[in-house]
Amino acid sequence: MKDQAHSSLSHFQLANGMDVVVIPDRRAPVVTHMVYYRNGAADDPIGRSGIAHFLEHLMFKGTERHPDGVFSEIVADLGGQENAFTGHDYTAYYQRVASEHLETVMDLEADRMSNLALDEKQVLSERDVILEERKMHVDADPGAQLYESLQATLFTHHPYGTPIIGWEHEIAKLGREDALAYYRRFYTPENAILIVAGDITEDRVRALAEKTYGTVARRNDAPQRARPQEPPARTERLVTLSDAKVEQPAVYRMYPAPSHPTAPGNDAYALEVLCQLVAGSSTSVMYKELVVNRGLAVDVSSWYRNDAVDQTYFGLHAAPRDGVDLETLDAAIDALIAQITVEGFADTALARARTRLIADLIYAQDNQAHLARMYGAVLATGGSIADVREWPAKIEAVTMDDIKRVAATYLDRRSLVRGHLRKAA
Amino acid sequence: MARSKTKAPVAPQTHIQRVFSPAGIEAWLVEDYTVPIISMDFAFVGGGALDPRDSAGLSYLMAGLFEEGAGPFDAQEFQERLEDKAIELSFSSNRDRIEGSLRTLDRNADQAFEMLALALNQPRFDDEAIERVKAQMLSGLKREETDPEAMVWRALRARAYGEHPYGRGDKGTPASLAAISRQAISGAHANRLQRSALKVAVVGAIDAPRLGRALDRVFGALPAQTVQAVIPDVVAGGLGSIVISDLAVPQSTLGLARPGIARRDPDFMAAFVVNHILGGGSFTSRLWTEVREKRGLAYSVWSQLSTSRHAAMFLAGTATSNERVGESLAIIRSEILRMAEKGPTRSELKRALQYLIGSYALRFDTSRKIAAHLVEIQVEDLGIDYIAMRNARMAEVSLDDTRRAAKRLFGDGALLVSVAGRPQGIAAV
Repeated sequence: MKDQAHSSLSHFQLANGMDVVVIPDRRAPVVTHMVYYRNGAADDPIGRSGIAHFLEHLMFKGTERHPDGVFSEIVADLGGQENAFTGHDYTAYYQRVASEHLETVMDLEADRMSNLALDEKQVLSERDVILEERKMHVDADPGAQLYESLQATLFTHHPYGTPIIGWEHEIAKLGREDALAYYRRFYTPENAILIVAGDITEDRVRALAEKTYGTVARRNDAPQRARPQEPPARTERLVTLSDAKVEQPAVYRMYPAPSHPTAPGNDAYALEVLCQLVAGSSTSVMYKELVVNRGLAVDVSSWYRNDAVDQTYFGLHAAPRDGVDLETLDAAIDALIAQITVEGFADTALARARTRLIADLIYAQDNQAHLARMYGAVLATGGSIADVREWPAKIEAVTMDDIKRVAATYLDRRSLVRGHLRKAA
Repeated sequence: MARSKTKAPVAPQTHIQRVFSPAGIEAWLVEDYTVPIISMDFAFVGGGALDPRDSAGLSYLMAGLFEEGAGPFDAQEFQERLEDKAIELSFSSNRDRIEGSLRTLDRNADQAFEMLALALNQPRFDDEAIERVKAQMLSGLKREETDPEAMVWRALRARAYGEHPYGRGDKGTPASLAAISRQAISGAHANRLQRSALKVAVVGAIDAPRLGRALDRVFGALPAQTVQAVIPDVVAGGLGSIVISDLAVPQSTLGLARPGIARRDPDFMAAFVVNHILGGGSFTSRLWTEVREKRGLAYSVWSQLSTSRHAAMFLAGTATSNERVGESLAIIRSEILRMAEKGPTRSELKRALQYLIGSYALRFDTSRKIAAHLVEIQVEDLGIDYIAMRNARMAEVSLDDTRRAAKRLFGDGALLVSVAGRPQGIAAV
């Protein structure tokens, strides 16, 4: 299959069921090599929150062939850079190396797909690292604590409400057996996607992939993602956090919204454009009205988690100017959303938002690592290469009526979770 | 002299053209039509350190205002014109430089250069924009008051550099921001943007003649040279001190510093290698192994050589539970001392060189990275052959070089330590 937008991209499958995507970029003699597994924090067993992320850390510990951090030593000796990340829907590992070393990193990654060896002492020490990681990102930051609580409030039943890193009391009890059980369930070729972007050909990747990943046995038991689904939200909720450390208060909003795989019609595309129009730039309606014209806020932002397996959300944030209370800011946002729903936006604004979104895809071609991540996120959440290829045309086709419809449907106060971040008196 | 055995180093194959505009403005160009975009990065040497003490934050504020209205366009109109063509234009300032970055699709290049020219030559500095950007900076300053990272580096900077401009932050204080007038901003505009201090790099779908015309359009009307205050060189002080900024959180954030080695010092490359082995950017450094891998004391632990125009610093940092601060600090101190006394092992040197030489190519896979690197090379005056020579020079770093550099860098191992949190096992000194 050849891709139009990203000219020479190809996509195929190994005999053991592993997906492979090759994105040639011959400008520099380097490659970005990534493996995505179609499982993430939302697949953590009940009571074992954080295990997907914990395992991601433990994957660097070693295998029989490459024990005790030898993996990272080899990558470093090649002049390679590496890391990994865990989301709610996927876990990904990557190395960036000179093209001539691609085979070595593929061999290493294929090895740890099925031969992970974990030592009890290393596991416990790594658990301490993760507890420190959680402290670093959450415990010193009231905004991060509020955000965790907002997600937990919005998702009452679905595991998207649990932090990716896990809750502290559950991380503290995770052990070697939890990690290995999770590993055996999910780390299989049928559940994995290989992405290679850079100075390489499809034929070469195919040959190397068959030689490395191709030797990992198929399990004929690809894991199914059956998460408990969220019931309809019928209440407006307000979550407040007051802390002496808060120097800049803020309001947050999370509206339940469909993701690309769950959205009816073109709703997900319309939501992407809406997100850009509402607070995606300094010409957006919220920035113009709240920051420039009325001086109520110093900053606004919007985000929409479109690449997600299950129902997701549309988020808004505004930081008030000194002396503006959160209720005033909330009322102004409500009025603005009511107006958007009825009147929509200027045609010039819609054209501008579409231009901006589509240009991002062209700019992305300048960055092989960015391209690899983009395809990885789409494929790992149930999308296809065709979805990426058709994306510009779908964005181009979003009409003002679509925007008004999705605004009215999803930016609905009756299911809204609001957040207030305040300085403690 | 002992030479490590590494494979013959390969230089990146980036072809750099030195372009001079009709009016004589220089830019370094990497011409490449693979992707239909153009990236331009530039820097004017001379930044926030030039701000008078009572109007600290002036350069930062001015840079923030370049994208907030120029020529016939107010802030909204200016931003709309950029977005209509998906032109990305941004400006920033640090203590040593005013910087800008432009990215455009090649079909919109003329308008992109036109907008950049307006921003630099005819910024409006409208009252509404000044007031708004000041409010945004104030909000940032407020946030930083209880942000552990910001607290650590603010206190460290103040103790290390005292009354020198490097002792204060780029963004000023609420009082200094309030005191900055529109006239002061216009004055800074006339003073900071001098062509003699300009460095430009361009990567992408443009040839030399077209770039030459654009350079004149954008930068040609700026003053050739202005009179600027002289910033004295300075050496970080406060070694042996421990500064504690109280914050009621369960984890302490630590920042450590010593004087460093200047970018143009003959020992810089060896010192760079030493730092890489101690706490540089891979998962194999000594600090990573001792603090994180063996003991699980921290998620992040790192060190780096920071080279500003008037001071060089060795910096290190980590974040660890309050009750483990004493232990973590003791380990970092002992690793620094061990490096000072014995330097790296032969095998560590070999592996560090393999990494540093092999990974250099990873800096050349996007237009933006290449443009930023080319500006850096010009600002540091390393020469247009730097990229071609860098790996060969790196390969020549010997064990003796690293031992000498480690001794110079770490001396008796004394550190300036700054901590935010409620640390146990240490006391303020």
